Amino acid sequence: MFRNQYDTDVTTWSPAGRLFQVEYAMEAVKQGSAAIGLRSKSHVVLACVNKANSELSSHQKKIFKADDHIGVAIAGLTADGRVLSRYMRSECINYSYSYESPLPVGRLVVQLADKAQVCTQRSWKRPYGVGLLVAGLDESGAHLYYNCPSGNYFEYQAFAIGSRSQAAKTYLERRFENFMGSSRDDLLKDALFAIRETLQGEKLTSSICTVAVVGVGEAFHILDQGTVQALIEAFEIAGEEATASEPTAADQPASEPGAAADQGAPAGHDAAPMDI
Amino acid sequence: MKLLDSTDSGNNSSIERTQYPYVTGTSVIGIKYKDGILMAADMGASYGSTLRYKSVERVKPVGKHSLIGASGEISDFQEILRSLDELILYDNMWDDGNSLGPKEVHNYLTRMMYNRRNKFDPLWNSLVLGGVKNGQKYLGMVSMIGVHFEDNHVATGFGNHLARPILRDEWHENLTFEDGVKLLEKCMRVLLYRDRSAVNKLQIAKITEEGVTVSQPYSLKTFWNFNAFQNPTAGAEGSW
Repeated sequence: MFRNQYDTDVTTWSPAGRLFQVEYAMEAVKQGSAAIGLRSKSHVVLACVNKANSELSSHQKKIFKADDHIGVAIAGLTADGRVLSRYMRSECINYSYSYESPLPVGRLVVQLADKAQVCTQRSWKRPYGVGLLVAGLDESGAHLYYNCPSGNYFEYQAFAIGSRSQAAKTYLERRFENFMGSSRDDLLKDALFAIRETLQGEKLTSSICTVAVVGVGEAFHILDQGTVQALIEAFEIAGEEATASEPTAADQPASEPGAAADQGAPAGHDAAPMDI
Repeated sequence: MKLLDSTDSGNNSSIERTQYPYVTGTSVIGIKYKDGILMAADMGASYGSTLRYKSVERVKPVGKHSLIGASGEISDFQEILRSLDELILYDNMWDDGNSLGPKEVHNYLTRMMYNRRNKFDPLWNSLVLGGVKNGQKYLGMVSMIGVHFEDNHVATGFGNHLARPILRDEWHENLTFEDGVKLLEKCMRVLLYRDRSAVNKLQIAKITEEGVTVSQPYSLKTFWNFNAFQNPTAGAEGSW
């Protein structure tokens, strides 16, 4: 994308019917470090790459628990992500207080999307620069949603966002048909493999990734480093050599509605990413 | 009932609050049975000691999964029904396959009643909330001060004193529909004899996974030919 005369504020349409500020916000998501999510009938797993700025600093927190049954992984402007997680926690607890019941994931996701939409239609605001992978469990089963700065949201079987997420997506696309019936451990294994894909040859250890699970009878929680390292070793995922030796299947965007959106709008591309 | 409250602009000194109820309904009884919940209430509403209105429906469905029965001030019950209607409406507007079940409605009512109690302006009702969702039966009660609990059988007002002892002895898990109705009628009959605000016209409502059915109003058979009532002045000539 190049600078143009229609991209100064979010309330200006381009002649082609695009809101460039919103698209730029989606670019910010692509710059963040990778986060992936996948779900089966009874469990949802979130995993993300945690790169610290320097050896001296700590990792940025990218996975947040919103309630016992909902968690979120973010990619993009972490500060925006933190604020939205706080909103999610607030909504969850208010609902629980009034109704003594967990907030259905689908409703939280719509509320998030509406909140994001407001920022695309006020001249004094800017869109949130963060993509959210919302994982949750409710009466109707296990769910994984992706919330986009544009205010759109989609439900997914598996998805990846952030930098080098295409590698993870390709891996997931090959296997997603089996996820519904996967066991919790299989899901974790696939999540870790997918994360490894985004590392492009770097060694996968528990110090650079974070994994969280939520499932039937299992509250949302982040797995501790020891457990993750044990899983990595058990599944023999570490793999030092470039794992790109695995044949990469052709992209099948039709099977993941909106997956193409994340990769959309290369320079000069006509369709706006959020038009699905 | 409020005439003025603190939201009335300017005049803060004449905050009025509900002090006493005017048009009131008497007991409601609810029990769990094999397929769901049964709830019974008579159709009377008294104006003090006058049995003024005799066709008041005090048991109403709420959404797809719940039934609410109320005793106490009828106008406050109507206000609660209006609030619940709005609640269910917004719930339906999500149009997403999720719906508020009896547990959620019960908790919402509890919050409403307790908040009003804290303002010293209660909704003068005792509510019975029952329902079935996803095979789970639920039966609970909320009082006008926000006391709430769940049980296998609940009652309001006089029902607590006259009906619950019967239910404690005779209620059991997996009552059939017929047995449940018989049990409720037994309780309602005792209330009819002994509660002066009871009228002999009642409705029994049932809620199961399939839905709600509210019976047509009907009367209970009563028996007054007890010996003690035959010649009431036998032992005291001249009295009545």
